[in-house]
Amino acid sequence: MTNPKGRFGIHGGQYIPETLMNAVIELEAAYDHYKNDPAFQAELTQLLNDYAGRPSRLYYAAKVTEDLGGAKVYLKREDLNHTGAHKINNVLGQALLAKKMGKSRLIAETGAGQHGVATATAAALVGMECVVFMGEEDTKRQALNVYKMRLLGAEVIPVTTGTGTLKDACSAAFREWTNRIADTHYCLGSVMGPHPFPTIVRDFQAVISREIKEQLMEKEGKLPDAVIACVGGGSNAIGAFYHFIDDPSVRLIGCEAAGRGVNTAETAATIATGRLGIFHGMKSYFCQDQFGQIAPVYSISAGLDYPGIGPEHAHLHDISRAEYVPITDDEAVEAFEYLSRMEGIIPAIESAHAVAYARKLAPTMRKDQIIVVNISGRGDKDCAAIARYRGEDIHE
Amino acid sequence: MSNIAKAFANGKAFIPFVTCGDPDLETTANIVRAMAEAGADLIELGIPFSDPTAEGPVIQSANVRALSAGTTTDRIFDLVQDLRKDVTIPMVFMTYANVVFSYGAEKFISTCQEIGIDGLILPDIPYEEKDEFDPICKRYGVDLISMVAPTSEDRIAMVAKEASGFIYVVSSLGVTGVRSEITTDIGAMVELIRANSSCPCAVGFGISTPEQAKKMAGLADGAIVGSAIVKLIAQYGREAVPYVADYVKQMKEAVLSCET
Repeated sequence: MTNPKGRFGIHGGQYIPETLMNAVIELEAAYDHYKNDPAFQAELTQLLNDYAGRPSRLYYAAKVTEDLGGAKVYLKREDLNHTGAHKINNVLGQALLAKKMGKSRLIAETGAGQHGVATATAAALVGMECVVFMGEEDTKRQALNVYKMRLLGAEVIPVTTGTGTLKDACSAAFREWTNRIADTHYCLGSVMGPHPFPTIVRDFQAVISREIKEQLMEKEGKLPDAVIACVGGGSNAIGAFYHFIDDPSVRLIGCEAAGRGVNTAETAATIATGRLGIFHGMKSYFCQDQFGQIAPVYSISAGLDYPGIGPEHAHLHDISRAEYVPITDDEAVEAFEYLSRMEGIIPAIESAHAVAYARKLAPTMRKDQIIVVNISGRGDKDCAAIARYRGEDIHE
Repeated sequence: MSNIAKAFANGKAFIPFVTCGDPDLETTANIVRAMAEAGADLIELGIPFSDPTAEGPVIQSANVRALSAGTTTDRIFDLVQDLRKDVTIPMVFMTYANVVFSYGAEKFISTCQEIGIDGLILPDIPYEEKDEFDPICKRYGVDLISMVAPTSEDRIAMVAKEASGFIYVVSSLGVTGVRSEITTDIGAMVELIRANSSCPCAVGFGISTPEQAKKMAGLADGAIVGSAIVKLIAQYGREAVPYVADYVKQMKEAVLSCET
């Protein structure tokens, strides 16, 4: 779906300083070479299987299905991957690619800390230096992940500019990349930024939908009726959607973080409240004011607390191939508690946004229909914050 | 001929930058007038952006101060209209793609023409994306300024061939900000540009002292200074006008003193 200039419909592109142009051109050339290199693919597959624990399970949530009384609900268990989220799929791919390109240093942005932990992990594994930029606000919300990154040998730099969240971490990582390019690869964590990142990250995450398709074919002998995933930048969602895009019978549903509601200023629901813009290297939808100033967005989930959405999602929205729905903090927290009690699975608060929509959708569907919910990460990291949300102060 | 060419008609050019609305638009107006009087050949007016990814900490903070003071694109257009009553040297806007795109590129650029803005510097619009704005800029006689960086290498000829107004030579890797030393081979970059374009070259990023400005102007057609001026404004606020004027005067003398 990508044309040569990295466009998805009107979205995407390469809106970056001239200083970075040769770096993304070099990256594109390297990726185009290695993606068709059987030795590279074999090495990556081996890492994904033996190190990250793929394929991840497709679990039939019988109790949830019975409780909701409609469609059968399956959970794609990306939370069971090494480091506890889907982020490792992309990071292993990019770390390996960077190594082949002769880079010795990885830099990354992180919101909830999952991508930062995954990058620090991959850097430790392949023997690269690692620097992670994290909004200061998020270093407080996700202190445990900060500790993990440092334990893994990474340097964590708290970003105090702007709102001190994911977008600022991302800006800081772009700035650092313009400062040091020769030995450094920017390991972008989502399907965003300038071309070729949205394509590279999507390809590395597409393993999710490839597995869902095979696993469901084995268990049920058919395609799902709906695939649901949470969307910040949108990497787990595009991974879960990708191999179903050409199957029009499969509804693809992205759940955006509505925060305190799409009618308030405290929201991060880009499709619901944003408009077309150019930021962080791409044309896509962004939350912004009338003069194009990027909005200080909010969500309880640090991983979805981003004012934009990846360009391929923006395009899937434009052509009505995927639907994007807002889920509030309250709904996500309830779903977080619901899945924990019902199935003994504590989902990441990000993934809980997808669970929340499944709770709405399943009862409206027939019992012979199937929903797959992508549980993009596990919720251990969120327990203290959710306890606080419920008025209970616990120490990690 | 583009109006910007006038900036390079008085010997080596000195090009100061100021963030509009830092600390308020009235001070910006006073600073621009004082800079013009002190010998500035072209002035870069920064339209603040919430997330200026090409800026270092000094100009980032200026953006925050300006936005907090309620600066908007429309108010900056009013400011320029007022300045044009008496400021005759070329002026260009420096901002980010989303500020122009979100306003409506046609509306933004046609307004530039109306109020007397001669060019547009957008650090997040590389050669590959210039079709987003360049055809509209050409229609309204506003120069979209091309940038060349130390990493441009084989891209320099391509960029230079289609440049208009002047060419912004980025002196160093990284973001804007004061640097103690500039190690890039600017002379080689300028030579490649001149083989492919008749546009004047001005060097920016990291220049703060008269010695640096003199050296850079010697290698090109002019020197651009942002962070050092913004620092004075951060330090002196509304009282910054005479300090900035003195600084600009000193820097203009420095660029004129270079031998080529």
